[in-house]
Amino acid sequence: MNHPRSIQFLLAALFAGPCLLPQAQAATPAELLAGYSAQAGSAATPGRGQQFFTTRHGQDWSCSSCHGSVPTQPGKHASTGKAIGALAPTFNAERFTDAAKTEKWFRRNCNDVMGRECSAAEKADVLSWLISLKP
Amino acid sequence: MHHPLARQLLFGAFAAFGVCAGALADGDRRAAATPVLPKYQQECAACHVAYPAGMLPAASWQRLANNLPRHFGTDASLDPATVAELSRWLSANAATYKRVREEPPEDRITRSAWFIRKHDEVPAAAWKRPAVKSAANCSACHGQADQGDFNESNVRIPR
Repeated sequence: MNHPRSIQFLLAALFAGPCLLPQAQAATPAELLAGYSAQAGSAATPGRGQQFFTTRHGQDWSCSSCHGSVPTQPGKHASTGKAIGALAPTFNAERFTDAAKTEKWFRRNCNDVMGRECSAAEKADVLSWLISLKP
Repeated sequence: MHHPLARQLLFGAFAAFGVCAGALADGDRRAAATPVLPKYQQECAACHVAYPAGMLPAASWQRLANNLPRHFGTDASLDPATVAELSRWLSANAATYKRVREEPPEDRITRSAWFIRKHDEVPAAAWKRPAVKSAANCSACHGQADQGDFNESNVRIPR
């Protein structure tokens, strides 16, 4: 009697299953910020993040060279000219939703801009500033 | 046929056909017809157009893959598993066609003899325009470069 319904349910679950599984390392910008702040052992300062983002640190590029000085709009890769989606999470829902991806880009881009990896405090400052950018 | 989904499907089918037909029509760039590995698109096309694997010989791709932390002046490092996957796919789809087989200086596509010859009608000033910026910026003039379409009839050089 209940079979047709349970089969329907089973089929629905089968198809929807992959969508319902948690994405690898899915996160929110706020969670990532909390993680970096905890690692740094201090609260993030958005103003310090902005300063860090827009100034050069002894290399050719600053973060702004590719992302723009206020990254609420698309940027442009400083050497290839390719368009880069807005970095501020309010303006681009994809940003800072994957811990591994966030770490990968901090590792590479800090190396380009600083010549070294960024500290947890530096990442927290920058992320807190990016989160603070609203329309 | 008035259903929006049906229209979208139909459009999609025509669009897909158009892309394939465009690539195939361009006989000497068979490379453009190779479907792009999703990971290649995801990782490499974040910073530049997904250069077709057939535009460089395998030896050049190997050197580039082994040297990602120093990739034309930027750190493009990836985890070892991803590097291995990209490297395998690039080598398997690398250029073997006789004029593309040679390894260009610095493994730069833009310094290949065939690339220079193909672009010899482009005035020197055009490369320097802000909308172009670099010969590596294929999409500036080849509007469909991100889909592997480098057909000459689709070229629009920005002013």
